[in-house]
Amino acid sequence: MTCLPGHTEKKLGLAIDLDTCVGCHACVTACKGWNDQGYGVPLTDQDAYGADPSGVFLNRVHSYQVQPETGAAQVINFPRSCLHCEDAPCVTVCPTGASYKRVEDGIVLVNESDCIGCGLCAWACPYGAREMDAEAGVMKKCTLCVDRIYNENLPEEDREPACVRTCPTGARHFGDFADPDSKVSQLAAKRGGFDLMPDMGTKPTNKYLAPRPKDRRNEASLLAPLLDIEATGFAGWLDRVLGKI
Amino acid sequence: MAQPKIDTSPKVSDEVRQTTCYMCACRCGINVHLKSGKVSYIEGNRAHPVNKGVLCAKGASGIRQVNAPSRLRAPLRRVGPRGSGAFEEISWDEALGLAVEWLGPLRDTAPEKLAFFTGRDQSQSLTSFWAQNYGTPNYAAHGGFCSVNMAAGGIYTVGGAFWEFGQPDWERTKMFVLFGVAEDHDSNPIKMGLGRLKARGAKVVGVNPIRSGYNAVADDWFGVTPGADGLLILSLIHCLLAAGKVDLDYLARFTNAPLLVRSDEGAEKGLFLRDADGKALVMSGGALVPFDRAGVRPDLGAVYEGHRTVFQHMAERYLSPDYAPEAVAARVGIDASRIRALAADLARVAFDEAIEIAQPWVDFRGDRHDKMIGRPVSFHAMRGISAHSNGFQTARALHLLQVVLGTVETPGGYRFKPPYPKPAEAHPAPHCKVTPGKPLDGPHLGYPRGPEHLCLDASGNPARIDKAFSWENPLSAHGVMHMVIANAHAGDPYKIDTLFLYMANMAWNSSMNTAQVMEMLTDKGEDGEYVIPRIIYSDAYASEMVAYADLILPDTTYLERHDCISLLDRPISEPDAAGDSIRWPVIEPDRDVRGFQSVLIDLGARLGLPGFVTPEGAPLYRDYGDYITNHQRRPGVGPLMGFRGDGSEEGRGAPNPDQLQRYIDNGAFYQAHVPEGADFYKPWNKAYQDWAVKIGLYDAPQPYLFSIYSEPMRKFQLAAEGFGTRQPPEAARARLKQAMDPLPVWYAPFGDDAASYPVHALTQRPMAMYHSWGSQNAWLRQIHGYNPLYVPTKIWQANGFAEGDWAKVTSPNGEIVVPVAHMAALNEHTVWTWNAIGKRKGTWGLDPDAPEATKGFLLNHLISELLPAKGDGMRWSNSDPVTGQAAWFDLRVRIEKVDAPTQAQPVFPALDLKGVQV
Repeated sequence: MTCLPGHTEKKLGLAIDLDTCVGCHACVTACKGWNDQGYGVPLTDQDAYGADPSGVFLNRVHSYQVQPETGAAQVINFPRSCLHCEDAPCVTVCPTGASYKRVEDGIVLVNESDCIGCGLCAWACPYGAREMDAEAGVMKKCTLCVDRIYNENLPEEDREPACVRTCPTGARHFGDFADPDSKVSQLAAKRGGFDLMPDMGTKPTNKYLAPRPKDRRNEASLLAPLLDIEATGFAGWLDRVLGKI
Repeated sequence: MAQPKIDTSPKVSDEVRQTTCYMCACRCGINVHLKSGKVSYIEGNRAHPVNKGVLCAKGASGIRQVNAPSRLRAPLRRVGPRGSGAFEEISWDEALGLAVEWLGPLRDTAPEKLAFFTGRDQSQSLTSFWAQNYGTPNYAAHGGFCSVNMAAGGIYTVGGAFWEFGQPDWERTKMFVLFGVAEDHDSNPIKMGLGRLKARGAKVVGVNPIRSGYNAVADDWFGVTPGADGLLILSLIHCLLAAGKVDLDYLARFTNAPLLVRSDEGAEKGLFLRDADGKALVMSGGALVPFDRAGVRPDLGAVYEGHRTVFQHMAERYLSPDYAPEAVAARVGIDASRIRALAADLARVAFDEAIEIAQPWVDFRGDRHDKMIGRPVSFHAMRGISAHSNGFQTARALHLLQVVLGTVETPGGYRFKPPYPKPAEAHPAPHCKVTPGKPLDGPHLGYPRGPEHLCLDASGNPARIDKAFSWENPLSAHGVMHMVIANAHAGDPYKIDTLFLYMANMAWNSSMNTAQVMEMLTDKGEDGEYVIPRIIYSDAYASEMVAYADLILPDTTYLERHDCISLLDRPISEPDAAGDSIRWPVIEPDRDVRGFQSVLIDLGARLGLPGFVTPEGAPLYRDYGDYITNHQRRPGVGPLMGFRGDGSEEGRGAPNPDQLQRYIDNGAFYQAHVPEGADFYKPWNKAYQDWAVKIGLYDAPQPYLFSIYSEPMRKFQLAAEGFGTRQPPEAARARLKQAMDPLPVWYAPFGDDAASYPVHALTQRPMAMYHSWGSQNAWLRQIHGYNPLYVPTKIWQANGFAEGDWAKVTSPNGEIVVPVAHMAALNEHTVWTWNAIGKRKGTWGLDPDAPEATKGFLLNHLISELLPAKGDGMRWSNSDPVTGQAAWFDLRVRIEKVDAPTQAQPVFPALDLKGVQV
């Protein structure tokens, strides 16, 4: 069993805007690309050109349909990755201490040299956010690009997770939720940022911003005809419309 | 336990090389990281004008193109029957020698017997220059089966269309309306724009039968029935006109609304009233005057000797009760009240929320304006409304909607990107005159202004193999590529000798009626020779088309080549700047492959084509990079505008030997910024016109009026009515009269004739796969590995479908058996699937049991390139009658539940391409 820190100085995480995400998967492959050559072992693919290709992704996007009681069905695109929970069950379940939550920023990481690939953490995570690398036999998960966000070899503006840097719609935001003035805290406050599956008691750091209400109900049109065209004829309409110039 | 110490500042890479992505047609800037000389990571270039640092799923997966198992490794000569996949590797000298052996004698005798068509080509200014100097009239790229209706509809109406021509004023627009299946062009800029609108809570409206992707985030979704968009748009125009919510000042000053349409019977009826110099006339202050004089205030309501203004013709047509929301609702599939609400929203934002910029400007009449008034409503559309047989008129209608709202080239509306605005009359007319051994008499493609510009031979038959610019489709500005193989096989209008294709998978997903196309490619005549005798193909990967070619010229990946994204072609301009860019070899290929453009230049030199050899007959250019640097289309104007002359000259200037290096040092692109005060009202703004001349976009200012009423179209209609010397065949008259209506019109798509097939069937390209012509990418195929047919709730329930079921889908052209999936957020008469996920067994380096080949499928089998025979006995092509655009989305089907087969039907024998890959 592994202990969680009682307190972290920062609570780094993502605010993900479900009103804006178009489900393009840019974050999925940017993450794959960076982490394939970044922290820890590569994210391998098995049977890459075969019948059942299966590789490790630290971030995936799902699309769900919602059928409201009235009105048209809707589609919600939902990116899913580690939420860097305060009460992370994947950490406490780890038998070797390989899974841990960093004291300084709250990032949940796997120390691969201690990971025995038992898979308990993936079982304990209610979000399905961990994936075992079949080749190396170690557990992989979102690192919040810990090798980017402090990386002095990168320009300062690039010190953010690869998924955030690449998101074409700007639906992903990175920052410190412990700081109420940070952009992510402000966004979460303004847009009703919510926890994913709060009943699980995991206290996720990442917040999702809910889709705005859609498909306004029918209402009387404010666009009144200038006059009764059938009664006045085209000439009457023309006089009226040109009288406006 | 102590927390592990980790390195949070690892070295990222040895080197970053900046070039241009080619995982789709978007042309984003990329940073290619290299470790030990190998690509280690690809990210967006923050300084790049197209993507400003972001990158899509495809772009970030480009690293997997280089080591794809499907890559060709050397030139190939076919040694078995076509379609067998039996090839032998040959040297480049042998390959080019063979090509010269075929093409040289042909040029000297019958150059039209070479048909050279390119697919998703981004080097059309080179490929067309080559074809023109070879002398064949048979050249085009893939626009005819993509989105020519949108492009041509825009050019003929406002002098530009969407994507490369122009885009919403993302910074200022308050309401954005997206029409059609449009998760494609242009990929990242649309996503970035949507993100900007969402960040400030601006309204996004989606009009699309399918609520996926961009439509999923739309605040209001209108699930229009396919092919009815034009009717919806004209109904919106009806509502706006009835309420007087149109921009009358804009219409009077900047459009042909005040021009007088001749009412006298005869050969000039319906043309504009002109003075002796040919200048169109308007009434101003009670006097008849040329439209462009200083101080003219054109009168929209004028009548002169019975000739009424365009405005009156337009208003009378669309005020008709036929266009009332109540009259169109059932056909459009949207409640009348919702159509009225959308019209009211457009009017409110355009007029009640208008914006003003305190920027004085002077128009082409010399009239000074002290501010710029903006109508902050904007639109975007591409293939969804284009790929119908009524797509040209629908595109015209959409541009008309923008025009009556006064949004085009005003703040908050739609903005042109240089070299646009550029109306039809500023483009070349098409050319087709063949002289053996000599170049063609001018550029192949262009914009006809009347029947005199059709490409017909002395007998009035089509001069081109694809019948572009013929009476069947007079305004086929991008050619009609989807008809090339069928026509060549039928010898209609004539037989050809050599089919030369680049990057066009015509033996699979880029052809209608795929199974029969494969037969056409392998069919032999009585003499035992192939009906299409020779096929040369260039591709980087083992695609389906490779198996059907006789000679393969293997291309590189986009990371190993030069390319030029040029103002002569399809540049990367923004509304505030002209822009162009390059690709350059950031890595060297590890095999015997060459960039196609360099090969084409080599071939041009070996054939001795003008423009490719010195007066002594020596090669003029070493390779494509050398051509990009030194070729001049007009004196001082070459493929790239930046760093010309001594390196400081922009637009015009002598070739600069350091130009490519300067581009590389600048992130692989260049921008020439539109000066202040020239950034809106470009077609009429003197400051913009002068700047465009200065940097070489035009040679003289060319202001013009928007064409609400299209005089060129009226000229074709007049021919159909019997006027003029060039006359259409009798069978074409009725069709031309309807299709060439000079005011936007809606008619039912021709596919609707298949009334016993009640369901519309569409395809979309997924955002993570779209235009990934490179390969089935190892990462991306884990996201989209197969494609079910998505079925709306009503049809799902009526058929008793359950998860895992399969359906037989039947059209007038055939049947397929495919897996189905339920989708509620879908027009209730429409089914759809992802396009081009399905692959033929044995291709693209995939295992034969890959899901793309067992469960994946194409709708193409259901779509014929010809319409069923009609009363006139003709089988017209399945195309728009104006432009010839392939009417992919007219498809109508029947659907029924069947027992699950072992794999999607039809199944084709596996191709054996193992010998040619990696």
